[in-house]
Amino acid sequence: MAETMVEMKHITKRFGNFVANDDISLTIKKGEIVALLGENGAGKSTLMSLLSGLKKPSSGEILIKNKVVSLASPRQATQQGIGMVHQHFMLIDDFTVLENIILGDEKTKYGMIDRMGTRKTITDLAEKYHLQLDLDKKVSDISVGMQQRTEIMKTLYRDAEILIFDEPTAALTPQEIESLLVIIKRLASEGKAIFLITHKLSEIKEIADTCIVVRAGKVIGTVKVSETSTYMMAEMMVGRQISFAAEKVPTNQMRTVLELKRLVVQASKAVPSVNDVSFKIATGEILGIAGVDGNGQSELMEAISGLRKVSSGNIMLNDRDITKFKPRKTTQAGISNIPEDRQNVGLILPMSVSDNLILQDYYLSKNQSKGLLNKSKIHRDGQKLMSDFDIRADSILEPVGSLSGGNQQKVIITREISRNPDLLIAANPMRGLDVGAIEYVHKQILKQRENEKAILLVSFELDELLRLSDRIAVIHQGKIMGIVKTGDVTKQELGFMMAGQPIPTH
Amino acid sequence: MSVITILMTMVSTALIYSAPLIFAALGGTFSERGGIVNVGLEGIMIVGAFSGAVFNLTYGPALGAVTPWIGLLVAGGFGLLFSVLHALATVNFRADHIVSGTVLNMLAPALCVFLTKIFYDGKGQTPVLDQSLSTFTFPILSKIPVVGEIFFTRTSLLAYLGILIGFISWWILIKTKFGLRLRSVGENPQAADTLGINVYLMRYSGVLISGFLGGIGGGIMSQSISLNFSVSTIAGQGFMALAAMIFGKWHPLKVVAAAIFFGISQSLAIIGAYIPVISKIDDVWFQMAPYLITIVVLALFIGKFYAPAADGETYVKSK
Repeated sequence: MAETMVEMKHITKRFGNFVANDDISLTIKKGEIVALLGENGAGKSTLMSLLSGLKKPSSGEILIKNKVVSLASPRQATQQGIGMVHQHFMLIDDFTVLENIILGDEKTKYGMIDRMGTRKTITDLAEKYHLQLDLDKKVSDISVGMQQRTEIMKTLYRDAEILIFDEPTAALTPQEIESLLVIIKRLASEGKAIFLITHKLSEIKEIADTCIVVRAGKVIGTVKVSETSTYMMAEMMVGRQISFAAEKVPTNQMRTVLELKRLVVQASKAVPSVNDVSFKIATGEILGIAGVDGNGQSELMEAISGLRKVSSGNIMLNDRDITKFKPRKTTQAGISNIPEDRQNVGLILPMSVSDNLILQDYYLSKNQSKGLLNKSKIHRDGQKLMSDFDIRADSILEPVGSLSGGNQQKVIITREISRNPDLLIAANPMRGLDVGAIEYVHKQILKQRENEKAILLVSFELDELLRLSDRIAVIHQGKIMGIVKTGDVTKQELGFMMAGQPIPTH
Repeated sequence: MSVITILMTMVSTALIYSAPLIFAALGGTFSERGGIVNVGLEGIMIVGAFSGAVFNLTYGPALGAVTPWIGLLVAGGFGLLFSVLHALATVNFRADHIVSGTVLNMLAPALCVFLTKIFYDGKGQTPVLDQSLSTFTFPILSKIPVVGEIFFTRTSLLAYLGILIGFISWWILIKTKFGLRLRSVGENPQAADTLGINVYLMRYSGVLISGFLGGIGGGIMSQSISLNFSVSTIAGQGFMALAAMIFGKWHPLKVVAAAIFFGISQSLAIIGAYIPVISKIDDVWFQMAPYLITIVVLALFIGKFYAPAADGETYVKSK
């Protein structure tokens, strides 16, 4: 019987009146991989931040190796052998990998940091766990995968025996995910206890031993992964039946709506952010853009919606050249935009739902006369949209900032779709949303497709692109590596293209 | 005058004017490497200049020649105390760094002139100091032909001390545990926090070191250049130090070099007359030069050089 590493007993964490964790108990053993599954805001990250000493529980106790401990600070948690691999890497870009690893636990010699001795320690650990690291490179110059390995090494360097991975695959390519899962399994086989916070069911199925499902701060169930299906885990997580398999009906893709002709966008002086990109999108078609974050997706979107200057090439909408259009003219020409950063670009958070709904057309005669807004009509229209699109807010006058992420996204979708555009641009529209909201967004996008709109969908999630798109264009360093039909391509092939290898031949 | 004498005068004048800037700019470097923008250097230098002058006048008759050296430590001490205000405001109370720094800059001249009036019979400036930091001739080095005469005869010992402190600062920032931690809170305080580094303590250290070094810079101004304290003793040197810090890319050794560059530009007003080619140019231009150069340098290079990533950001620890 393997040794019990962590036992959490009746843990409750309150923030004011809000109960983030409600009487949670769990255990993990040496060499075990325990997945924590739950929607956003279910309380899994909060629970783990109690274990890593970032927050303190309101009640309940934590036992490590059968001893009650107080984890009042990250330092105490580290001393108890707990290491956290954060979702948003806690690395210092300007420091080398080595400096990042030792920071806070530096060994010194003659008053100076003992780099030589430390290097030996780290190299040995790296060999033991097969973690490939360039110790002297700056973090800003290494791949996301290596940044993550640096995070893992930080915990190993501190002799962590209990490792917490918070959404570790969120920013990785499929290949990087594969090698991370191998690393995690290896860590477990070397006797580390591992918590994996995720909402990706396939990863749980692949590596976890046990899955703890959390919903609304409570543990809904603890299941042996080998004895359950991803489908059952998903239902436990959401608390109702869900349909991921969105029906894609055949559509009439007869006319080209958007055409890019050799588009070049030069965002900075170095290499172009968008380099010679050409593609077409037809009516009733969803073109997905796949790629690792920062490969020119944002610049491409901004160029099409008129927010960024185009260096050369043309953007044609319904055979009309809109290359030089200002943002308002592009929206008037028939483009709607669901921006990537919904809180800073998509919405004005302190303003009401009603005001946010008219941001695109407050100036039209239906909303104003002689410069005065027709508030009563705006509110009436807003009420109707709110019920049509199922926006859950106390009132039309509630500030958007106080809505949940899913409802904020609904406000943007409502505003953009209700304008009845010809082209809908959606950049990572599902990012950070829970399963219910994702389902909603999927349905809305597919409905636009059925209504014969053209849709440009950017996403970092391949599953999502494969589910929704008709075709997928893969972008790497501003260049399109290939455009493939969704049915003709595997995730692995897309992954290779995302890493910069041109389209594989069949 | 011989060429060598002219060169000696130029070098020593330049170094005398560089010394306060070197100290203050190194101070600013510590503060900003820890993530706290310190535009209050000007105010800190004023406090240093004032406290150094008062100490000098009060204890000079009793202590003699050693007075100004102790005066520098006193100036540093008061600069440090004054910088606590900035640390308190920016670290604990999350004030905007620029606003808090501006408060120091507005508070210092008013307070110091007010106290001057109280201490010295209602006059707006102190009497001439009792003991001053005079020039220094290095014992052995000055015997080296030519070089010894130009660089090591009747020159500013403090400038050389500043250069030495530049090297020490580099060693501290780059080689030691403290330096790594200080830089980490200036780059990514949240990451440092997760590793158990006390962000607030580190940021306090950075600001207080800048207070100490900035105060010394002020003390040098009043005790070796103006030789009294008045409202014009510190006239933009704090900002020049800031410009030197940016021009030196927050790297101690480059900062020292940049401070010397600004020192030279300040000394032009005095040595311009000795340089044959430019001696005919109107004095006004030389007096403007340091300020003009400061503005040009800041306009050209601010934003081009990478400041510490979290410089100017307030860190709020989550509960």
